[in-house]
Amino acid sequence: MTTQTSAPAAPARRTAGARRKPVLTVLTRRQYITTAVIAFVTFLVLWTAVTATGLVQPLFLPSPASVVEKLVEQAGNGQLWSDAAVSTYRVMVGYLLASALAIPIGVLCGAVPRIEAAIEPIMDFIRYMPVVAFVPLTVLWVGIDDPQKFLIIFLGTFFQQVLMFADAVRRVPLAYRNLGATLGLNRVQILVRIVFPSALPQIWDSLRITLGWAWTWLVVAELVAATEGMGYRITQAQRFLETDLIIGYVIVLGLLGLVFDQIMRALGRQFFRYLKGRS
Amino acid sequence: MSSTETLTRQPRVTVAGVSKQFGEVTALTDVDLVLGDREFVSVVGASGCGKSTLLSIIAGLEAPTTGSASIAGAEILGPGRDRGVVFQQATLLPWLSALDNVVFALDGEQGLSKRDRVERAREALAQVGLTGFEQAYPAQLSGGMQQRVALARSLAYGPSVLLMDEPFGALDALTRRTMQELLTQVWERNRMTVMLITHDIEEAVFLSDRVVAMTPRPGKVAAEYAIELPRPRTPDVIGNDAFREYYRDILDLIHRG
Ligand SMILES: Nc1ncnc2c1ncn2[C@@H]1O[C@H](COP(=O)(O)OP(=O)(O)OP(=O)(O)O)[C@@H](O)[C@H]1O
Ligand SMILES: [Mg+2]
Repeated sequence: MTTQTSAPAAPARRTAGARRKPVLTVLTRRQYITTAVIAFVTFLVLWTAVTATGLVQPLFLPSPASVVEKLVEQAGNGQLWSDAAVSTYRVMVGYLLASALAIPIGVLCGAVPRIEAAIEPIMDFIRYMPVVAFVPLTVLWVGIDDPQKFLIIFLGTFFQQVLMFADAVRRVPLAYRNLGATLGLNRVQILVRIVFPSALPQIWDSLRITLGWAWTWLVVAELVAATEGMGYRITQAQRFLETDLIIGYVIVLGLLGLVFDQIMRALGRQFFRYLKGRS
Repeated sequence: MSSTETLTRQPRVTVAGVSKQFGEVTALTDVDLVLGDREFVSVVGASGCGKSTLLSIIAGLEAPTTGSASIAGAEILGPGRDRGVVFQQATLLPWLSALDNVVFALDGEQGLSKRDRVERAREALAQVGLTGFEQAYPAQLSGGMQQRVALARSLAYGPSVLLMDEPFGALDALTRRTMQELLTQVWERNRMTVMLITHDIEEAVFLSDRVVAMTPRPGKVAAEYAIELPRPRTPDVIGNDAFREYYRDILDLIHRG
């Protein structure tokens, strides 16, 4: 039995300032937030400084204050809300159509070699075609109303989704399929009861990432041909040199993307709670 | 257990003249092996000598290129619930609790009510010392506990043959020792036919009625040792002379091969 007195002498005191640096610095949540806020405020201050000193003309870069003012005005007369609503609706329809089709096709692609051989080379080929170049074609096909927006979003996300979902399914280790087989399950049961649920967290992550892309494609489509929506308002503003409106809308688009991303993350954490280990 | 008893066992699994070719690679060549009824057999050998391939063939996950494997006289044509498999990784379904992972394996059981299934799953978990962890998700369990759930899952539906491919290979030395003791206890209680693949010769001698040593390139059975140490076995046996002798013989053989 060791006692306090028989313990070896305390380690030699290090000289001040010679503390060892950890290999990986871990910030506390508070330090993290503080740093982020400081960086953000610095950015706003620089922006204000550049505009207030007249370094840059307001026509090219309006001050943060006038952007906020413009947004408040747009929110007040209701235009911001209706633009945002129209755009959100379009993103949702296009994205949900793409996802609803991509999930079964992608999963089958990842699970059945013959389907993979039939589908993947085509998908791989199409996904490298620039979606932007399809905009004129889609206008010819379906006009400039909502269906054209759905179609562009669909083209921009569907093919990528199929490949990502197929990959998620293929990543499920062979041992899991073997487990299903040794328990006497048939192929369909193995896919439905073991492989698909195993791939779900990865699929959900791909869904979250592609939702961000869907927003980008929507704005592209609306910039080119539209009669309402966020992208349309930005082109209109350009015509009247309303730079503050353009920047305000770009910021709102960024915020919308962020909000949807956070919602997807929160849902994912909820659905896949079981992945959380011992803490 | 006397040697005469070993000899009079009915064969449960018979592997006859099995070879397995993977393209250019000959994984197994002309392997003959019998697993007696309620016999505990370990298979040891260097990496790449075809141990896992042999297990997959008995499990029905791979077909032999030549020769055949049979269980209770019937040729093995695919996987079946008469054989349970424990893999090196626990392969638990992460979205199911420990209990539900075991219940999952019982879904294929005819004539068992939901209630009976849960009851049986609880018993299986109790056998591996996991009472109280029924509701834990795999991510909340240590590697050793996950492997216990996997073992319980295979015990629950009562296969006559249990196939294990380095089940403790991913565990630390201390946990592995605990799992070995647990496995002897479980086996001495249930007495099913077991084929255990391991790199650990001490583990093989401690657990088995018979140790089969394989040599690589091409993979074949080099020798068999009947381990006539008394049962029930406790870790004390590991120190004794007979144990050491088996250990040295097998090690020599593998190194020569
Ligand atoms: N599906 C496969 N395709 C091609 N070659 C394979 C396949 N499975 C096994 N092999 C080859 O067959 C040989 C035997 O492999 P096996 O996995 O059975 O060895 P093992 O004794 O289990 O090795 P280890 O101790 O490393 O697990 C090896 O040379 C391996 O590369
Ligand atoms: Mg192996």
